[in-house]
Amino acid sequence: MAFLPMTKLIVKNLFTRPVTERYPFVPKKYYPGTRGKVLIEVEKCIFCGICQRRCPTAAIGVSKEKKSWDIERMRCISCNLCVEVCPKKCLALDVKYSAAAGGLQKEEFHA
Amino acid sequence: MSGRTIIPFGPQHPVLPEPIHLDLVVEDEKVIEAIPRIGFIHRGLERLVEKKDFIDFVYVAERICGICSFIHGMTYCLAVEEVMKIEVPARAQYLRIVWSELSRIHSHLLWLGLTADAFGFESLFMQSWRLRELILDIIEETTGGRVIFGSAKVGGVRRDISAEKMQEIVKKLRSYQKEMDDIGKVFLGDLTVQHRLRGVGVLSTASAKALGAVGPMLRASGVSSDIRMMGYSSYGTLDFAPIVEQDADCYARCKVRIRELDQSVGLIESAASKMIDGPIDVKVTGTPNGEFFARSEQPRGEVIYYAKGNGTKFLQRMRVRTPTFANITPLLETLKGCQLADVPVIVLTIDPCISCAER
Repeated sequence: MAFLPMTKLIVKNLFTRPVTERYPFVPKKYYPGTRGKVLIEVEKCIFCGICQRRCPTAAIGVSKEKKSWDIERMRCISCNLCVEVCPKKCLALDVKYSAAAGGLQKEEFHA
Repeated sequence: MSGRTIIPFGPQHPVLPEPIHLDLVVEDEKVIEAIPRIGFIHRGLERLVEKKDFIDFVYVAERICGICSFIHGMTYCLAVEEVMKIEVPARAQYLRIVWSELSRIHSHLLWLGLTADAFGFESLFMQSWRLRELILDIIEETTGGRVIFGSAKVGGVRRDISAEKMQEIVKKLRSYQKEMDDIGKVFLGDLTVQHRLRGVGVLSTASAKALGAVGPMLRASGVSSDIRMMGYSSYGTLDFAPIVEQDADCYARCKVRIRELDQSVGLIESAASKMIDGPIDVKVTGTPNGEFFARSEQPRGEVIYYAKGNGTKFLQRMRVRTPTFANITPLLETLKGCQLADVPVIVLTIDPCISCAER
């Protein structure tokens, strides 16, 4: 049986920098593939409504008459399905998450 | 003879990450019986299968559990693919192994941290979770999510890992393996840790079999059983033997999980070496018609998915039997006769995931 096996870890810990990042002085690093919030290039959108129909959490709303596209950020689960099914490829996932918000608020985009 | 008292344990208790209630019947400090009550966080996810089409339901299946999310999604896919007779490409199968084993490593490190916290070893808890964070970084880099991978889909996987990235991951994991060994040595060699784990919560081989224990709980009782032996998703092509311990106490369960960390790194290495170029998914056409039981090995044990389709895009029935649910009965057996102070540690050694069990 080892004698005080934790000693090695503790001594190493004493002479190394903190493992946690000094946020907000050091900005958070994102990976290129991180699934954050949904972005839309609304000029390219044809308002076909496929993203609305396929969204698993019904976060997206599309109106062809009003030429508007809206999303409830707090409902979105960043699953990437809308990006995959979009025929015009006008949707994309940002690496950053959406900002915290109170309640379900719609963010609207108009062409 | 002293009188009996009932001590309520949970649903809110410092060692419990999730709510389960146990009525502990104690005589002095000795537990005579434990009466469980679950159902605090039932969400009715199985019923949701009638409202979500079978392709979108993967997202729901993944959210049954926040720790073994990928394996939940994958097992659901296995069930639907078998019903629809879909042949998943070899590359996708190996990618599924890589992500399954990564989620096993991160789940076991999470468990080690929680256990260290339960027996009051704060710095060991922090060290375990520090390592877990490194694994979560690999997961985020390859799938885009930290705990909800979102990379399993019916017919394959959503994302690919390039050969260079795979080499980098294997290299990283090898260096983390040394750090995991350091932590493992503390768990298995430290006197104070042994004092809390050795001889506590013994579950004999016979009762483990009779009560239907699964996963590390079963393997620590000397039963060589692991669903990965059935060879689902190309596990059959890898060199694999279940890790078995004979002592059947909390220490043995801890040892099984620590040894599984090494094994998982080995499995990722061999899956990476066997990965061949090719497609990562096949196009899914038609709707499921038929039924199937899919089984797979989660970090906590065997999970069973039953899927029944009726030819429409909505499944008729979906049923999940999670490992925690199977392990609750053996837990009650191990609690009999233990000291009241040992209850938190014993409850943690089944690795309770209550939101899994209640869905």
